Amino acid sequence: MSELALPVLSLIVFIPIVAAVIILFMNGEQRDLVRGVAVAAALAVLLLSLAVYIGYNAQVGEVSANQEALLAGGGPMAATQMFAQGLAYEEHYEWVPSLGIGYHVGVDGLNAPMVLLTGLVAMAGVLVSWRIEDRTREFMAFFLLLVAGVFGVFVSLDMFTLFFFYELAIFPMYLLIATWGWAELRQYASMKLTLYILVGSVVALVGVIAMVLVADGFFRTAEGAAVLQQAIAAGIVSPNSTSFSFDMVNLTLAAEAGAFDAPGYGGVDTLTFARLWFPFIFIGFGVLAGVFPFHNWSPDGHVAAPTAVSMIHAGVLMKLGAYAALRAGVQLLPEGAQVHLPWIVFLTLINVVYGAFIAFRQRDFKYVIGFSSVSHMGLVSMGFATMNVIGMTGAGLQMFSHGAMTALFFGCVGMVYDQAHTRDIPSLGGFVKRMPWVGLAFVIGGLTSMGMPGLSGFVAEYPIFTGMWAASEQITLRAGGLVLSNYYSVIVVLAALGIVITAAYVLRVTGQVFLGEFNASLYPEVGDISITDRVVLLLLGSPLLILGVLPGVMAPMITSGVGPVLAILGGA
Amino acid sequence: MIDRVFGLDLLSALVVLPALAALLLLILPQQKRLVRWVALGLGLGLAALAIEAFRHYQLGDPGAGYALEHSTPWFELLGASWRVGIDGISAVLVLLTGILTPLAILVSWEIEDRVNMHMALLLFFQTGLMGVFVTLDLLTFFLFWELSLVPMYFLINQWGGPGRQYASVKFMIYSLGGSLGFLLATQLVGWAVSAQLGAPSFDMVTLTETWPALANTVGAEFLGIPIETVKAFAFIGFFVAFAIKVPVWPFHTWLPDAHSEAPTAGSMLLAGAMLKLGAYGFLRLVIPLFPDVWVAEVQLPGLPPTNTATLFAVLAMLGVVLGAFAAFAQNDIKRLVAYSSVNHMGFVVLGLAVAAQAWGEQFIAGGTERLQDAILATNGAVLQMFNHGLSSAGMFLLAGAIYHKTHTRDLTQYGGFWVKAPIYGGIFLFTSMASLGLPGLNGFVGEFLIVRGAWPVFTLLTALAMIGLLFTGAYILKGIRCVLHGPFNLRWRDVNLEIEPREALAIAPLLVLMLVTGVAPNWILPVINGSVTRLLGGLAG
Repeated sequence: MSELALPVLSLIVFIPIVAAVIILFMNGEQRDLVRGVAVAAALAVLLLSLAVYIGYNAQVGEVSANQEALLAGGGPMAATQMFAQGLAYEEHYEWVPSLGIGYHVGVDGLNAPMVLLTGLVAMAGVLVSWRIEDRTREFMAFFLLLVAGVFGVFVSLDMFTLFFFYELAIFPMYLLIATWGWAELRQYASMKLTLYILVGSVVALVGVIAMVLVADGFFRTAEGAAVLQQAIAAGIVSPNSTSFSFDMVNLTLAAEAGAFDAPGYGGVDTLTFARLWFPFIFIGFGVLAGVFPFHNWSPDGHVAAPTAVSMIHAGVLMKLGAYAALRAGVQLLPEGAQVHLPWIVFLTLINVVYGAFIAFRQRDFKYVIGFSSVSHMGLVSMGFATMNVIGMTGAGLQMFSHGAMTALFFGCVGMVYDQAHTRDIPSLGGFVKRMPWVGLAFVIGGLTSMGMPGLSGFVAEYPIFTGMWAASEQITLRAGGLVLSNYYSVIVVLAALGIVITAAYVLRVTGQVFLGEFNASLYPEVGDISITDRVVLLLLGSPLLILGVLPGVMAPMITSGVGPVLAILGGA
Repeated sequence: MIDRVFGLDLLSALVVLPALAALLLLILPQQKRLVRWVALGLGLGLAALAIEAFRHYQLGDPGAGYALEHSTPWFELLGASWRVGIDGISAVLVLLTGILTPLAILVSWEIEDRVNMHMALLLFFQTGLMGVFVTLDLLTFFLFWELSLVPMYFLINQWGGPGRQYASVKFMIYSLGGSLGFLLATQLVGWAVSAQLGAPSFDMVTLTETWPALANTVGAEFLGIPIETVKAFAFIGFFVAFAIKVPVWPFHTWLPDAHSEAPTAGSMLLAGAMLKLGAYGFLRLVIPLFPDVWVAEVQLPGLPPTNTATLFAVLAMLGVVLGAFAAFAQNDIKRLVAYSSVNHMGFVVLGLAVAAQAWGEQFIAGGTERLQDAILATNGAVLQMFNHGLSSAGMFLLAGAIYHKTHTRDLTQYGGFWVKAPIYGGIFLFTSMASLGLPGLNGFVGEFLIVRGAWPVFTLLTALAMIGLLFTGAYILKGIRCVLHGPFNLRWRDVNLEIEPREALAIAPLLVLMLVTGVAPNWILPVINGSVTRLLGGLAG
């Protein structure tokens, strides 16, 4: 699409890395200078990601119209064309051409909101870490590396670079939690988190390599080679494309041409590649999105991490898992999605209801938020499982909404903890009188979390639930002799229980921590928050309100982003 | 005629401006006097807009459909739009809400703690109420329906009486629990209609046309279950949400706690305006959307077969009778007034049940023999909503005034106040009589219409409800006796019990409206009648 003189996306990825390197070479005693560099980098990245978002949003109408035209025109590679032509701010360089690896970045309607979210949370994370006095230099450097890794995953259009950045994000994450985390839990939690995510990503990596090999095999057949030639001629894929490629556009092309759903995979007549590998790839990435029963790392990880890391972790990293599961799982293996998502939806139901219930039972303020993330991320996967435009758009909105909301929550928890030095809910109380800003922000977050209309949570959850109703008549689960149909409508009703439990724990925490009587003798020094903290609350709270009142600023964009995914799902 | 306010159409302005006014109050400096006066000024300005909207409808053709309509796309993915418009029913409630808010602000002069926030919440609450009354889109209806809970929760929780924690959480959980079924039902309805139309829509007018006729297009089954069952589930979702808000017996148990613990202004708006949301929801949504469910046969064990509307009337009768009994048994003045709401709203529900029965029969069989009765009863129900808004707000104001002086709500501690507070006594008596339904005052007109309309349809139940009316007299007289008559409690010898001029000023408009509506109800009845006739007759045609 539009060509920009500046390589904006590369700047977004590499500014934090450069800043991290500069910071590492600075004098560690000059903390304010270190903070200044970190803030400058985060601000630059935030502004760039905002520019990308606004720039892409301006062309959403055009993209959608083009998608409709392509869909109406039919054609064997309409979905791939929709995907390729929906991309903007693309940069494509060959990296290791012999292995089909390229540096290919770009945004469409799915990842543009994620880039903006990362920009917001990164800025908020740097600001909220202002008071870190212990090895500030190293903290900021690792934090910026983490941010760079996250940005890299979101903008990558090449599976290899995606994994590259994925692992790049995990390594500083481990160090940040293990070094600056909550002393009682950090060793255990950082180890647990890293192992969980590594195992998940390795499983997914193996799946993706297998996928690339299958695509290679396909493109080498006469039929496949013709498809590839045609795509090159039509300008859909890079002209230098070979059969062996990690590029997502090429893989989407293979998926649409049916390379992954040829029967007889592994010598079994009824098996296809997509059917066998979809659960591994989807759940492998899904580990990071907290899919039940692999969610166990997340509450511990969130609680142990320092505030900024919890924010980026729950706010952005969990979306990274969901995003990758959608891209590599649903978009590339549509047939597998159709077979497996109808049972995975049960896992998401457990996520939603059980997560909320466990959150309700917590005494530790931060664990409440940790488990609430498990519950809300369940709704994202549930939205994927609808496999229709309303539900999937809802899932995309929920990713953004939950990201900003949970980062806001962790910010509030951190600000309370910094002053009260405890997170034990029953011993807190009345903090709204001393910290009105934090109280207001927490209430806004809490209302978002319980799906109050007028805030972004409603705008996201309502379509997910509507999508479930709409999917109910379409989806039938066949497992052995068991045939289940119309059960999505039952799942919606059960998932709605999660909303009630969410309301209950939000009211409980708000009531006990912020409302009620303030014990001045126990917390003599609690006062209002600093100006940087206020900026943090404003940065994260305002998107919740804006999106809640004006869903039109994001919903059409995400709808255009899920367009190709749905086209390929429909055609598979 | 005002058409646009700050670039917004009149009704959108009525919804958006209170929220902006609330924000303005939040950023004002923390000077109590300044904040109070600014809040009052804003409230009065908004009241003027509400009166303007009412006048606009009143002066137009009363039989015409929605007035002041305005529509903009909002959430296109779901087919929801920002569509506003009023008919006679909503015009009356817009007027009521507009009038009550500045009076509540005036009464809140007594608040000393965090004045900015308190006043802002009152105005924000107005946004929620106005939004429900003017919207013509189911999704935005739900939006404002939920939104109105939030300010009220904080008003009760932060400025309420001693039992405020319990009361506010109970209020919130009850309401949210009720809304859950509503939420699911809106999704079911919205999506079923979109399956029918080919495009999603939450437009209420479209929904009332397509949803009742669902079986014609989607066949006998939907989601793998019979269409009657689907409709019954959706009906239950709507019914429970609105029944809790009205409140219909036995969904009323949150109300005495919330009303008695709320600060005076909160109680006034809660009883005066918020309960009307529920009755309005029945009239605007449940009756038009589910005609076949209302007259579907219900077989309860050991009883002759009956139908849903009749059961609804039974609940109405129980609300009237048991509400009166419960009010009579209270020794807490605010709880007494709170239970009186159950009693009075019971009559509204009776009127609604007649409308449901008549409209259901028309929908199924096409007969119009009940139409005249139903129009009478529904007119009465809408007028009773308005009347109850005036009298319950007035009663809570008076209860608050006396509580503010004595710091007790215990009726047994009162007595003989008329001697020390003659003006207060006079106002108290007048308001009580309006609430009782004394001919010449507003309450009589509404209740008479309801009873007249309900008698031919539900004769036995109406007769039983009339007996309940006897106990209405009993508890109101009990209230008057305990407060005004009897031996003077010497504990209050040195306390100035007379009503504050500010409070007298706040209740004065209510008293005027009670009298005017009682003597000459023709300023408001034609407005209601046009739309009710349209609702019950127009849809049939």
